Amino acid sequence: MTDQQVQNKIKTEEYFINMGPQHPAAHGVLRLILTIDGEIIKNVEPDLGYIHRSIEKMCERDSYQQIVHLTDRMDYLSSHINNEAVCLTVEKGLEIEVSDRVKVIRTIIAELTRIASHCLWWGVMGMDLGALTTYFYAFRDREMINDIFEETCGARLTMNYNIPGGLMFDIHPNFVKRTKDFITHFKTKIPEYNLLLTDNVIFHKRTKGVGIITKEDAISFGVSGPVARGSGFSSDVRKHHPYSAYDRVDFKEILFTEGDTFARYQVRMMELWESVSIIEQLIDNIPEGETKTATKAVIKLPKGEFYQRVETARGELGVYINSTGNKNPYRVKFRSPGFSNLSILNHISKDVMIADLVATMASFDFVIPDIDR
Amino acid sequence: MTNEDLQNIITSLGTDLEFTTEASEFLNVIVPKEQLHSLCSQLKSHPELKFDYAFCITGMDWVPALGVIYHLNSTELKHEIVVKVMVDDRENPTLDSVHDVWQTADFHELEIFDFFGIKFNNHPKLRRLFLTPEWEGYPLRKDYVDEANMIIK
Repeated sequence: MTDQQVQNKIKTEEYFINMGPQHPAAHGVLRLILTIDGEIIKNVEPDLGYIHRSIEKMCERDSYQQIVHLTDRMDYLSSHINNEAVCLTVEKGLEIEVSDRVKVIRTIIAELTRIASHCLWWGVMGMDLGALTTYFYAFRDREMINDIFEETCGARLTMNYNIPGGLMFDIHPNFVKRTKDFITHFKTKIPEYNLLLTDNVIFHKRTKGVGIITKEDAISFGVSGPVARGSGFSSDVRKHHPYSAYDRVDFKEILFTEGDTFARYQVRMMELWESVSIIEQLIDNIPEGETKTATKAVIKLPKGEFYQRVETARGELGVYINSTGNKNPYRVKFRSPGFSNLSILNHISKDVMIADLVATMASFDFVIPDIDR
Repeated sequence: MTNEDLQNIITSLGTDLEFTTEASEFLNVIVPKEQLHSLCSQLKSHPELKFDYAFCITGMDWVPALGVIYHLNSTELKHEIVVKVMVDDRENPTLDSVHDVWQTADFHELEIFDFFGIKFNNHPKLRRLFLTPEWEGYPLRKDYVDEANMIIK
């Protein structure tokens, strides 16, 4: 038999395989039902709900102050930014203007949160692709941010530092110094990250040209955050709908047009520099002022609909509150970035290898509670 | 484009459309359910509207009506509107799917089916997404009762 005849005789057939719910590359309990032919993926069907707690239903039962604490548990790596989103929505409904001090502190902590989240993503992205060292580098630096958070608000991950009307309490006296020390330290570490992973040839081969999203698809699938910006879709909420102190700082929206896994990687790496720059512009000029604007003990939003969006580390988080004037909201909807980003996964994973799906998912930076809510 | 300009253009795209800006920062368009799909396709394709980015799709229980709220944005022209559609039948609520207009609607309609029980015509594969296939009832409806798992105040 010739080689061609041998090849024709080898047949494969399609079958189902479960990737997850306990798969290391999913970073949580996400189940993907793959239809595969050999090692080629034909279809990806996500099955969600393993960590679904129906936060939206719980919100209908709780007061506005209580809702803030539930949002920590969605995207736990952006917990401060989630809290901020709800607080901004409630403040919009009550027509409260918080002081400049609150705005600046919120922005600094939000950017520290973004750095911490991107650090964790960078560590596990390397790990997913077989480079374990990145994990230790990233966690060493992320630890410093968590220590700063712990000193100021008592928690390292689910911070609960925001309340409607301001902050729970003022920053710790050490906050400014420790943040500056961290920034000085971290600026020497980003080049190390690049040396270790960004310029690695194996890493390039695993990521370049893999999982390409076109700009049109990104818009149609409602993709946001670094995933959208890797495809050239300008979607940064901080630029288009500035909130807190983002209108008074100078930063670039990072855009790449390739749309592949490596482009998404580069967006996040360059966003680290932008976050560092935002913090540097604000940290020496924290205005004096109140850290709380008094609200009534029982907050009642006026009748109406309120929508506020913020840019978390993963993309656009929208909070929709429908109020009938009671102390509980009538309906709360969280438009989570992870859920919309996940919707494009099947579209870009057809006819690729399973290993490429792992690389693509790593570049999406999924946090499963954010998808499931 | 201002809300008045938007309203003038959108008025010609359908009949019996209701407009309101009361208690919302966006222009709200309430569309009869029969016209939902045709209005949505025109909102996306009209050269002066170009609503190509459905950034939030919300299921809603207004009691007794169920419905869907679409938050739309034009990435090119930067204007935004909200489209609302209602369906009165609580036993067998059915709306047209708009997943062929905005592909993200595919997933959001699954979520709405799961929590509100609204069925979408022409949806590629309507199924329980978060809950188990044998789950009874639709939890985000206001009349849903589950004494075992809910704390009722």
